[in-house]
Amino acid sequence: MNKTLLLGALGVLVMLVGHGIGLFYAPPEAYMGDTGRILYVHVPTAWVGMLALTAAFAMAVGALWNGKAIWDSYMEASIEVGVVFSAMLLAQGSIWAKPTWNTWWTWDPRLTTSAIMVVAFIGVLLLRGAVHSPSRRMAFSAVATIIAFVDVPVVYFSVEWWETTHQGFSGRDNVDAVMRFPLLVSLAGTTLLGLAFIKARQRIAWARHLEEERAPDLPETPAPLSLPDPSNQKENLG
Amino acid sequence: MTHFFVLLQKDLLVGWRGRSRLVGLVTYGTSLLLLFSFALGADSAVLREHAAAYLWVALLSASTLLLAQSFQHETEAGALEGLLLVPVSPMALYYAKATANLVLLLFLAVALFPLTAVLFDLQGGISPLRLAAVVTLGSAGLVGPGTLYAALTARLASKQVMLPVLLFPLVIPPVVASVKGTQLALTGDPMGQLVSWLSLLLIFDLLYWSLGGILLGKVLDE
Repeated sequence: MNKTLLLGALGVLVMLVGHGIGLFYAPPEAYMGDTGRILYVHVPTAWVGMLALTAAFAMAVGALWNGKAIWDSYMEASIEVGVVFSAMLLAQGSIWAKPTWNTWWTWDPRLTTSAIMVVAFIGVLLLRGAVHSPSRRMAFSAVATIIAFVDVPVVYFSVEWWETTHQGFSGRDNVDAVMRFPLLVSLAGTTLLGLAFIKARQRIAWARHLEEERAPDLPETPAPLSLPDPSNQKENLG
Repeated sequence: MTHFFVLLQKDLLVGWRGRSRLVGLVTYGTSLLLLFSFALGADSAVLREHAAAYLWVALLSASTLLLAQSFQHETEAGALEGLLLVPVSPMALYYAKATANLVLLLFLAVALFPLTAVLFDLQGGISPLRLAAVVTLGSAGLVGPGTLYAALTARLASKQVMLPVLLFPLVIPPVVASVKGTQLALTGDPMGQLVSWLSLLLIFDLLYWSLGGILLGKVLDE
């Protein structure tokens, strides 16, 4: 059986166990009640999103200084998985915020910086789509990833640096052991699933790289349209 | 260092010779300021309260047009390759470009500010020194990453779209800090908050101007 598929299946299994314990056995949160059970989905999603984007940054630095396409393929995969998980994070937060804060969205520092991070990395993916030359695509998107990554620690520490309505860091001090266990299991399962997604996406990126190696580079700017020379028309017709 | 000054002189000279473009940018910024007034209606109290935000949105929008053209001459007829063969260090090239862009953006800010004051009826209590500090650091925050992204997108067919797509999310922190700082410079700062916004701008500027100097070489290698 394919190792990536096995990793993903294991991730789903562990994640479902964690979610099951969190949903059916863990007690409801003291203030939020059952709404607080978002913890078992939201925190792992945030963790994998940040982990993937941090991996993308490391791959970008590697790609830029090492110049090997393998780094580029991992960078592409990590950015895409990071963007998907971070977008899911925003959607989950909105669904939770409606019954809790009575609004889908608020301009809270954690929410705002997370939204900026997602849009910044979508920009990097769009840039990758706009550059045809593989070596140029690698260098440009690595530079853009390094620049965009500056927002990731800002998102992480936003609950510490600014006054925010968002919950602070979840940890030993503020999460009871009975809730911490399903949280850690969900975290482990979602991480395995995230890693499987990155590996599967990297394979596609690598396959495209091999394909591109066989094909010549395309120009970035399309060549101007050239009209047929009227003087040659007779020859062509003849 | 000599390369930096020669390149800066060249870029400023190009800016001066193409001053009709600068007039166009000022007109563009003016149109945006007028649009805000029309979009929000004639409530002068609301307009005055948010004047700093309108000024910075106009500057941000105009800056993308300014930045998009900053590498235009270099990308034409292999001029960039010629420059690098001199050889000019990419770091000197980045700092000369970014400084020239900063000077041109400051010119734009100086041209748009009196108009903002008149259109949105800004009243006394303005601190020119504080305003100058905010506008300089805020503009540096836009052109720091903007110059690097301009180099990155200069040879793309979709550069008009890609430059703002990459730049706008990134410069939200300096724009927010500049708007807050400008508001405090315009209306007074009884709680002493301006220093923290200026510090944020300074940290952002140092970070992105350093990254730009290091990374431009990697962009130009391609």
